[in-house]
Amino acid sequence: MADMDIGNAKKMTIICTKGTLDWAYPPFILATTAAAMDVEVTMFFTFYGLGLLDKKLNLSVTTLGNSSMRMPMMGMQMAMPNMMGMIPGVTAGTSVMMKNLIKKKGVASIEDLREAAVLSDVRLIGCQMTIDLFEKKTEDMIEGVELGGAATWLESALQSDINLYM
Amino acid sequence: MTDNITPDEVLDTIGLNCPLPILKAKKALKGMDNGKILELASSDPGAVKDFEAFCRATGNILLKSWVDDGVYMFLIERVV
Repeated sequence: MADMDIGNAKKMTIICTKGTLDWAYPPFILATTAAAMDVEVTMFFTFYGLGLLDKKLNLSVTTLGNSSMRMPMMGMQMAMPNMMGMIPGVTAGTSVMMKNLIKKKGVASIEDLREAAVLSDVRLIGCQMTIDLFEKKTEDMIEGVELGGAATWLESALQSDINLYM
Repeated sequence: MTDNITPDEVLDTIGLNCPLPILKAKKALKGMDNGKILELASSDPGAVKDFEAFCRATGNILLKSWVDDGVYMFLIERVV
């Protein structure tokens, strides 16, 4: 990105609203790939998505309300029983399973993708209102995060070729 | 298989999944001069279409792609 500050680059914004392990992937994969393809990317983190900017991530995925969730198991596609997620420890278990699968398949961790995003000059905006609402501390967030609100995203979105909400 | 083209840089992304081969290719290309050739190996079948699109969008030239014993190989010319 450093070699393309010429003003006529393609631009993209992504609003990230979810902070679970599974939903963290689409925005970070698209942001890093777009940056690699010389697109100027702005990510706006709001509500539960704001947690993706925490220095220390401990993301989880639950079966609860996630009725399409299937995991490969012994060559089969296992449905993950929806209500099992209510039992203490099950969400931790499915999260560990998913993280093992991610590692085994050579899929990048969210930490790695986020670092790649930072290194490729993806603009990261944390939602000020969410910080106030959930009493989040900016000290707990990674370096280089800008704080802003709806108008900050809109200004960027109005100049962009692609605007996504995730 | 590569005819007479000798790569200036070689990058192995075997075992890595989307979007890592693209991210690593971008990083390698960034450090290369105009006209230099990158040879990249990937185990990701999705990389075939992705490198075509990546090169079209960034202006780098995909000189050649082929499959070598289950490994997807690419020769990319850096265009600055």
